[in-house]
Amino acid sequence: MTNDLDIFVGNTTLIDEEVYQLWLDGYSVSDAVSLRLRSGILEQTGATVDVLQSDTMDHYRTFHMLERLLHTPSKLIHQLHFQIPPSRQAMLIERYYAFDEAFVREVLGKKLSKGTKKDLDDVSSKTGITLKSCRRQFDNFKRVFKVVEEMRGSLVENIQQHFLLSDRLARDYAAIVFFANSRFETGKKKLQFLTFEDFAYCAEQMIQNWTLGAVDSNVDDMDVDLDKEFLQELKELKVLIADKDLLDLHKSLVCTSLRGKISVYNEMEANFKNLSRALVNMASKLIHTKDVRDFFIDLVEKFIEPCKSDKWTLNDVRLFLTQYTTSAHTLDAFRHQALWDRYMSTIKSCLLKMYHD
Amino acid sequence: MPGKLKVKIVAGRHLPVMDRASDLTDAFVEVKFGNTTFKTDVYPKSLNPQWNSEWFKFEVDDEDLQDEPLQITVLDHDTYSANDAIGKVYIDIDPLLYSEAATVISGWFPIYDTIHGIRGEINVVVKVDLFNDLNRFRQSSCGVKFFCTTSIPKCYRAVVIHGFVEELVVNEDPEYQWIDRIRTPRASNEARQRLISLMSGELQRKIGLKVLEMRGNAVVGYLQCFDLEGESGLVVRAIGTVCTLDKISNTAFLPACNSPSKEMKEIPFNEDPNPNTHSSGPSTPLKNQTYSFSPSKSYSRQSSSSDTDLSLTPKTGMGSGSAGKEGGPFKALLRQQTQTALEQREGSPHRFCRRREFPFFTLTAFPPGFLVHVGGVVSARSVKLLDRIHNPAFVGIMGNTRSYKLLDWNSFNSDEPETRDAWWAEIRQEIKSHAKALGCHAVVGYSESTSICEEVCILSASGTAAVLNPRFLQDGTMEGCLEQRLSWQPGFFSIGSEKGEVDFFPQNQDSSSLLGLEETSPPGCGFCHIPYDELNMPFPAHLIYCYNCRKQKVPDVLFTTIDLPAEAMVIGKGCLIQARLCRLKKKAQAEANATSISNLLPFMEYEVHTQLMNKLKLKGMNALFGLRIQITVGENMLMGLASATGVYLTALPTPGGIQIAGKTPNDGAYEQHVSHMQKKINDTIAKNKELYEINPPEIPEEIIGSPFPEPRQRSRLLRSQSESSDEVMELDLSHGKKDAFVLEIDDTDAMEDVHSLLTDVPPPPGFYSCNTEIMPGINNWTSDIQMFTSVRVSRLSNINLTNQTLNKNFNDLCENLLKSLYFKLRSMIPCCLCHVNFTVALPEDEVIQVTVTAVAITFDKHQALQTSRVPVEKTLQRASTDNEEQLQFPLELCSDPLVSQPFSPAKEVLENASSHTGVPAAQRAASLDKASPLAEGHLRHRSVPSCTNSTVSVVKMTPLSFIPGAKITKYLGIINMFFIRETTSLREEGGVSGFLHAFIAEVFAMVRAHVAALGGNAVVSYIMKQCVFMENPNKNQAQCLINVSGDAVIVVRESELEMVPVQPSTAVSQPASAGDVTT
Repeated sequence: MTNDLDIFVGNTTLIDEEVYQLWLDGYSVSDAVSLRLRSGILEQTGATVDVLQSDTMDHYRTFHMLERLLHTPSKLIHQLHFQIPPSRQAMLIERYYAFDEAFVREVLGKKLSKGTKKDLDDVSSKTGITLKSCRRQFDNFKRVFKVVEEMRGSLVENIQQHFLLSDRLARDYAAIVFFANSRFETGKKKLQFLTFEDFAYCAEQMIQNWTLGAVDSNVDDMDVDLDKEFLQELKELKVLIADKDLLDLHKSLVCTSLRGKISVYNEMEANFKNLSRALVNMASKLIHTKDVRDFFIDLVEKFIEPCKSDKWTLNDVRLFLTQYTTSAHTLDAFRHQALWDRYMSTIKSCLLKMYHD
Repeated sequence: MPGKLKVKIVAGRHLPVMDRASDLTDAFVEVKFGNTTFKTDVYPKSLNPQWNSEWFKFEVDDEDLQDEPLQITVLDHDTYSANDAIGKVYIDIDPLLYSEAATVISGWFPIYDTIHGIRGEINVVVKVDLFNDLNRFRQSSCGVKFFCTTSIPKCYRAVVIHGFVEELVVNEDPEYQWIDRIRTPRASNEARQRLISLMSGELQRKIGLKVLEMRGNAVVGYLQCFDLEGESGLVVRAIGTVCTLDKISNTAFLPACNSPSKEMKEIPFNEDPNPNTHSSGPSTPLKNQTYSFSPSKSYSRQSSSSDTDLSLTPKTGMGSGSAGKEGGPFKALLRQQTQTALEQREGSPHRFCRRREFPFFTLTAFPPGFLVHVGGVVSARSVKLLDRIHNPAFVGIMGNTRSYKLLDWNSFNSDEPETRDAWWAEIRQEIKSHAKALGCHAVVGYSESTSICEEVCILSASGTAAVLNPRFLQDGTMEGCLEQRLSWQPGFFSIGSEKGEVDFFPQNQDSSSLLGLEETSPPGCGFCHIPYDELNMPFPAHLIYCYNCRKQKVPDVLFTTIDLPAEAMVIGKGCLIQARLCRLKKKAQAEANATSISNLLPFMEYEVHTQLMNKLKLKGMNALFGLRIQITVGENMLMGLASATGVYLTALPTPGGIQIAGKTPNDGAYEQHVSHMQKKINDTIAKNKELYEINPPEIPEEIIGSPFPEPRQRSRLLRSQSESSDEVMELDLSHGKKDAFVLEIDDTDAMEDVHSLLTDVPPPPGFYSCNTEIMPGINNWTSDIQMFTSVRVSRLSNINLTNQTLNKNFNDLCENLLKSLYFKLRSMIPCCLCHVNFTVALPEDEVIQVTVTAVAITFDKHQALQTSRVPVEKTLQRASTDNEEQLQFPLELCSDPLVSQPFSPAKEVLENASSHTGVPAAQRAASLDKASPLAEGHLRHRSVPSCTNSTVSVVKMTPLSFIPGAKITKYLGIINMFFIRETTSLREEGGVSGFLHAFIAEVFAMVRAHVAALGGNAVVSYIMKQCVFMENPNKNQAQCLINVSGDAVIVVRESELEMVPVQPSTAVSQPASAGDVTT
């Protein structure tokens, strides 16, 4: 005797969070059943494998039907087909748009194109995340990107409004969209020590300070692109390293104030010019798309790695950057104070976030 | 022109993409009513069109308003080719025709297509202006209220309960018309949906006319069914109970006035209904009512009566008809004892010209005091051969130009003996005579059903024979009863009375007043007392003096089709008991087939009954409520499924155990086996008693006053124990065992039976189940409810099927289904599955389809334990300290005075509880909790998150007549919807499971949308009456028909009701309640 048809439909759609997670993780029904078996659910409930199988099938069917709606979460909220309490709707959406750290590190900054999608099986085998789940996550990124790409106003708010995500997740998506748009390189071996959270933080800083929306939200531009005018102006900072006197003065000011406070004083003093050159050169080159892409590699190669090899502590870096930034204000010959602050505050935040093992 | 229908099309959303090129849609809407059609403008290139149309006005007869559905079609405009239909919405405007129901239908409706399912939504506003036109010869029956609920609706009181009403309408099934060969599946499905909508509208109108004739204003327990007879046509039939209802005023927002309805519903009225205690408030709708006598008792039916040609003599010249006679399982026994008398009395045809010859009530729960005695289950079945329904020349008779001519069988074919109407009348007559044989003048909990396979149809009817209190039944069915009462002679037994309409049992002779009825039959056990004469019993039953009052005789076991009366005294909890049975039959044609089915039926009934009895004993219980026996006919088998809720009634004797007797006592090993089995059975009984908390107080025999007669267990289900059946005789012998029900293991069959008894697994801890409205012994429901439908289709793989393997398969199917439900709903523990409704269908050879609809309700475990375990001694104490107890719940304290001051129901019950020392503790504690607002107050803390922020309003659905933790403040009208869904891409839609899963979800969605548009937030008494599923995997096709109904209502959570400041004391509770409301 075989069951041709076996369904359960509740007036309030029944959702099992555990099974939902298994579905999101891309497991097949039979894999999900065996995973559930291992969790000891049968012992707790006294059910049989058949029951578990039928239950899992039912949930998978429900999720399959819900998936169409999850692609446009506002539809899920307004649809009449499935009666789901709002708290559950929020859970469904949040979990559907959640992503794996391992996956996002593979895709972050890549173009969300068909080509990348084709490479997902490599990502899958590398990360151990099922291909199905990889595809869902990739499609989510792409879907969010497509919707907010051309939109005006706050990136986070746009995402929140259209995808009804939590603040936290919306911020993460803003970072993903921002990285995908500017195609920041994040996959190089040197950058492997950085987590998605590090990048997300940096992205947030850049969105807040370096995009056009950061200065004036009314202008005809968005959070997604860096403020071209600002990048252009950054060239002006070159004076800090090009002018020998200015550079020396800057160095002496920083050294004076850090003497006795920083644990790596000698190394700092010896390296000051190199570090300053690195930071200012980066600023002056950011107008080139290529250099924007290499932004994080530059930060790591030209600042973080030298400091690490000299065994700077995080506190040393903080003290140095703080002093390095403020001292420039006392340089009478340096006139780009606002520009300097706009640049350095973000650089400082990023570096401090990234300065770890 | 008595009505103007106004429709406005506001907007659409989430429309499907109809133009691949632009990924957009150019949508417009056609609004059709009758033959008039309006169109909106095309709203170009949008998936969310904003039509914002003018008001489309239809000027129509109210007759059409009742019959016709409003049809809204959404189309995609195409300049070069034909416009593509996106989907349709049918809106039943009937709810707008009663003054008290909805005033406007407004909201988002899913746009439904029979091939693609739901495709977006449309926002529609519908209004009706009715002109009063009293002088016309009325063909319409606007204003008659319909309720699916099988009890008096919560915010009404019954002034008069008139009695039974029935009607049926027949037409050709469009699916089988010649045109179906050339039209698309979509057109065919839509034609069918529309026709059925039209037919049910007409049927409802006709029932309404009968109601008006009977001077009623409402139909309660309205049950409408479709018989898809295939080639021979389509029958829509309905039964119901006509009542005159009065709205209890101001129910909506005044807690003080609201309590009466609550009281009616929840207080077990085991108090003496002394009018003085109640007369102060509207809580006593049933006292002092003005008796509205019908001026014309013997008016004739407008359409010529279909029941004129009735007699118990089997008709000659119709093979199936006579086969049906034999199929009626009760015949043999009844004939023996009563037939002569019955035929004498009923043989004269003029009897049947009388209007209300069927004293039937589709209600399953009754106002306090209505039900006096219960006799037992009566049922009748008949096997018929379907013939093509003859359509006489009727075109033009109806005098209008509808696209579908409706054929009223009654009007046109009353001279044709082979009509559906006559079939039913025959069955009803049989039921009536069975009831009479049980000394009962009425049948309650009455229902009818059919099972059709090819050209064979089994008609079934069942109910519970009962004696009712005549004071509710003026002018109607019970008129004879009143007359009789006046002319009563001592010792006169009315079975043979000239009047014939009503039989009163002798006990009531000495009751000079109506109220006297209650005095002679104590509350809580009165309904168990036998209504028939002990010396003249219709069957060999075993009678004992009532364990409760010790005044009257009671049977040892009681089977009924009604809900457990609120006043019934019960020990412990109840449980769902099912008997499942399959019988193979040879494939045969026409009459041979009908005959073989008729021959099998009595045996099936017998076995189903034996199984029920055994399982009941195994549970240690002594009564069944809500019994529903479904016999399904298939090509090569018959299926029997009986579901009921077992309980332990304190009034009935403790059931004896089950004794196994071997046939070969000399075989040592065999003996050992038997004793092993016996031990297992005894253990199971003990375990079940513990599980269901059945611990009846030990009553020393001397108190009983009258000697216990020898308990010999016999069924109370009146059935055909045909004398020819050896099996019957064998099992009926009790072998002199005093206390036990003897099962003989004389062959493997019997062994199987015993085994199957023990295979039923009890539900996992924290789960209870019943098929009645409420579970005895549980009273602290939370508002956490989940209604669901589960469907399983199972294919029997082995070719050499035997009855045993078939039985086992069927049993496993049902058990696994239940297990699956328990697993799925585990997060709701502690929880009870209420109103569990199984239906079985045999769509093809070797395919069994089981559909279950039920509601799971979470209850407060802590409280349940508290109330159910209070020992007898402590009850009085508990009662007296009730006030102190309230102090533990400061929040409730504030709300309590509100409710208890006007009527103080709690106090009444208290007094009563103390006056009835025989009342078991559990029940009394339960009644306390039910009566006082205390228990329900707890619910406030357990509110489900409400969805106030969402634009989609939550609509709760339940098969029960109430929503736990909430009050029904308004009935908005009946929901009766019929949908067809078809697919030609079955695999792509996820196979049969995916297809049906989506469809049922869509049906729920459409019901919810209609209720929400009426302004409601819940559906009560929801029922899925039909779920016909057909597949053709080879063609990648499937089709499904679903028919659902229920009552749309507005419910208000109790916490919100209490919020209304009526007295200063509420101020204290306000912050708490308010906080709760906004959660």
